[in-house]
Amino acid sequence: MNALLLSAVMGVVMMFSSFLLKMKVAQRNVAIGGMLAILLVNVLEGWWGVHFFSFNTKGLLYFDHFSLFFTTIVFGCTFLFFLLSAKDMENVGVSYAEYFALVFFILCGISLVSSFRSLLLLFLGIEIISIPLYILTGSDKRNLKGNEASLKYFLMGAFSTGLMLMGITLLYGASGTFHTVGMLTEPGKEQPLAMAGLMLLMFSMSFKVSAAPFHFWTPDVYDGAPTVFTSFMATIVKAAGFMAFIRLFYDAFYLVQSWWQLIAAVMVALTLLIGNITAVFQQSVKRMLAYSSIAQAGFMMIAVMALNESAFEGLMLYAAAYCMATIGLFAVLVKMKDQSFEGFNGLAKEQPVLAAACAVFLMSLAGIPLTAGFLAKFYMLKAAVETGRYLWLVILAVLMAAVSVYYYFRVIQAMYFKEGTGLLIGFASPAYKWILSILAVLIILLGIFPNLLLNWFYF
Amino acid sequence: MIAVLLIWIPVISGLACFFLPKGNAARLFALFSSVVILLVSVLGLTVFNDPVYLQKKYEWLPVLGSTFFVKLDGIGQVLTLLTAVAFPIIFVSTWNHEYKNASRFFALMLLTQAGLMGVFVAMDALLFYFFWELALIPAYFLCSIWGGERRIPVTFKFFIYTFIGSLLMLVAIIYIYNGTSVKSFDISAFYSVVFSSNTQGWLFWLFFVAFAIKMPVFPFHTWQPDTYEQSPTAVTMVLSGLMVKMGLYGLIRWLLPVVPVGVNNWAVSVSFLAVIGIVYASLIALKQNDLKRLVAYSSIAHMGLMVLAVFSNKEAGMQGAVMQMFNHGINIIGLWIVVELIEQQFGTRKMSELGGIAQKAPALAILFVVVALANIALPLTNGFVGEFLMFNGIFTSGAYDGMYTLFGRWQFNTSSLSLIFTVLAGVGIILSAVYMLNAIQKVLYGDTVQRTAMTTDIKGNEKMILGVIVCIILFLGVYPQPLLDLPKEAIESVLKEADISHLLKK
Repeated sequence: MNALLLSAVMGVVMMFSSFLLKMKVAQRNVAIGGMLAILLVNVLEGWWGVHFFSFNTKGLLYFDHFSLFFTTIVFGCTFLFFLLSAKDMENVGVSYAEYFALVFFILCGISLVSSFRSLLLLFLGIEIISIPLYILTGSDKRNLKGNEASLKYFLMGAFSTGLMLMGITLLYGASGTFHTVGMLTEPGKEQPLAMAGLMLLMFSMSFKVSAAPFHFWTPDVYDGAPTVFTSFMATIVKAAGFMAFIRLFYDAFYLVQSWWQLIAAVMVALTLLIGNITAVFQQSVKRMLAYSSIAQAGFMMIAVMALNESAFEGLMLYAAAYCMATIGLFAVLVKMKDQSFEGFNGLAKEQPVLAAACAVFLMSLAGIPLTAGFLAKFYMLKAAVETGRYLWLVILAVLMAAVSVYYYFRVIQAMYFKEGTGLLIGFASPAYKWILSILAVLIILLGIFPNLLLNWFYF
Repeated sequence: MIAVLLIWIPVISGLACFFLPKGNAARLFALFSSVVILLVSVLGLTVFNDPVYLQKKYEWLPVLGSTFFVKLDGIGQVLTLLTAVAFPIIFVSTWNHEYKNASRFFALMLLTQAGLMGVFVAMDALLFYFFWELALIPAYFLCSIWGGERRIPVTFKFFIYTFIGSLLMLVAIIYIYNGTSVKSFDISAFYSVVFSSNTQGWLFWLFFVAFAIKMPVFPFHTWQPDTYEQSPTAVTMVLSGLMVKMGLYGLIRWLLPVVPVGVNNWAVSVSFLAVIGIVYASLIALKQNDLKRLVAYSSIAHMGLMVLAVFSNKEAGMQGAVMQMFNHGINIIGLWIVVELIEQQFGTRKMSELGGIAQKAPALAILFVVVALANIALPLTNGFVGEFLMFNGIFTSGAYDGMYTLFGRWQFNTSSLSLIFTVLAGVGIILSAVYMLNAIQKVLYGDTVQRTAMTTDIKGNEKMILGVIVCIILFLGVYPQPLLDLPKEAIESVLKEADISHLLKK
């Protein structure tokens, strides 16, 4: 509850600071300070039960341990994102402080969407996340690609929200309530109304997390948006989307798994296939990362399909590993002069620290042991095997993981084995290098001792 | 304790090596570190040869049921001894090679050694998988940075090919883990799990593909000749001398005892693949002009024979295979040293461009001939002992018996398959004699060509290293018993785990 309210307050604070504080540095510091405060109050609520505000939500919101833990991970990653990329946001456009305000509002939506117990609040949370995102996508007003991306995102997003509302209505008709916990309980009885509502909800949530075959907006939107905001969208918003997804399906549809599990498995397979195979053919690193985020979403969706204990632990570890690695990668990408694969040539000689950190991030995304990404994928595979049913999916997933090695390692090859001058726009400050190195070390630490993260889940 | 040290010393010295200044310091440091590891390994064999010292179990991932469990039993000791002996030999033999960024090169070599050691001592499936992959990463960087002209695509193919195999093995590991009663990755839990015959069948293939790509076994061998050719010679020595043994070791430790029914069902198919590999690789080796590719294909043939022996389900065969792992490691490294010396001096590896070296370089000639004869498995060399035992196992094996149905229609009663396999493998040996002696003939004897007119004989340290290898070859050829006694108990226990005769109908 703390973070929910504080993030909304911070959004308003940033809006005011856009004209009250003249210096961009001051605005940035207020934003970073506010982010740290949000993170702290969330941790305080999660582990020490300190509520700064609380009011009776009449059962519509419930901040259980899972939701607070997950939002802590998400807020931690946002804090890292601010530390690394806040300065680069200045280059996007004139309304610097407003961008921070929009991000804070998105965080408010994330907080809602991680703790909902009513379908209405799910809808509200998703909309609160999406609308600022439409604005952020088009925030570079002079860029035609950005305008196109923003409009595309808005239209398709509105359409999918319409689908979600339809699904919610049908489910209300079938069950008589908006309350998600234990909404559908009888798998035996055929309920076309409930099934239709469930499917519509699944499709609209899949749109939000860019699972196939609802992923078509992702490459254009991620490519057209300013790289800093792509970084935010591809990681934190996606993780929040999965939080909502797994929360919804576990609370409401766990007992009727037999209705939708096969469809979910097929969607996972499609996502993995499409995401990985198209990523192989990309020539721009930014677009490659967009498609790779689809592929990673495929892996995360395995958790939604499986809905067992490994799935929950795995999703948290995966969200943490994926967010950290991708934020780090985008933080380097945004500083590159040439954003194609050739632009990375010879980076290892020019900027050894950046190249080494990038290598760790890429290996984590590919799933090489010793990195958090490997253990995250491992948990996902474990969750899938434990369902006892979808072995073909497990084998497909590992084959696709092998495919993903190809396009992730292309960047490593360009950095280390090819000759060139990896030029940066501007320069990489020592603080920036330190944070990247800490991020890389964290990923390796989590890769050897995932207990560091997972024990807090059981705390 | 010993097992833990064998892993941690190369890790720490490898990481430290990254920070050494350029120049000869890295070379010396790496050699020193590898000698220390050799000492630790020898201590583990002699003074501290007690289970208390040889194993260690740490808590690692209790939530997953995985522990850091390392143990040195007989088979592990043979292989860690091979790794410990091989690295100093490799470093000394490539002493005069100039590498740019030498400190990074030696650091990556030491990290590879750590990964190899870890594979051979890990007794926990997840730990085994970790080290399996970790041995691969430094090798990828080594080949890609210091290799030949086509190194980048060739190494990439090698990496992805091996990675696919490892991922399939990961699926099998997770599946077996899911089937254990106490949800643990421990090797004893894996040995005690029981699956149906069908399940064991495809679990077998998931594991076997990973090991087959590593060794390599036909038809998964296409990455090997290019990779061996393009990588720097020191790395080729590690790849062919040590890494391929990872695959065979995996067969013995993680395949035979874990899915014995699957092994029983598929032994014949796999043996066919192995035999085809022996003959096919030997035939291709006959046509090779490049010495490096010749040795690469010869290695495929040798590994094929070892796979055949492992699936023979006979103690003699297994003993031969384990001993031959050590022998092949030593012999092939010897061969690579000779190839390297020839390439360094004459700038070419093509046999057609060489000739008559023996006239001016008698020491090189003698040592080359002895190593080549060991490769052919001439009696008095260590290769002969291993091969004789393996042939004994294959010929007397009962693992190939039974009624087999081909394509659902034709039925075979295969009581004579062991004879067929023995004969075909024997053909492989004869072919190996042909191509090795052919190579010797072309390179060492005959008329000198312009390139070899000013040959100088090999220097002191090169002579010494080859001399050490020749001594090992001859010593083990005459007195192999210590190396046979070492893994005896471990082999017996593996065969006992893999024994399903109580399940078969009489």
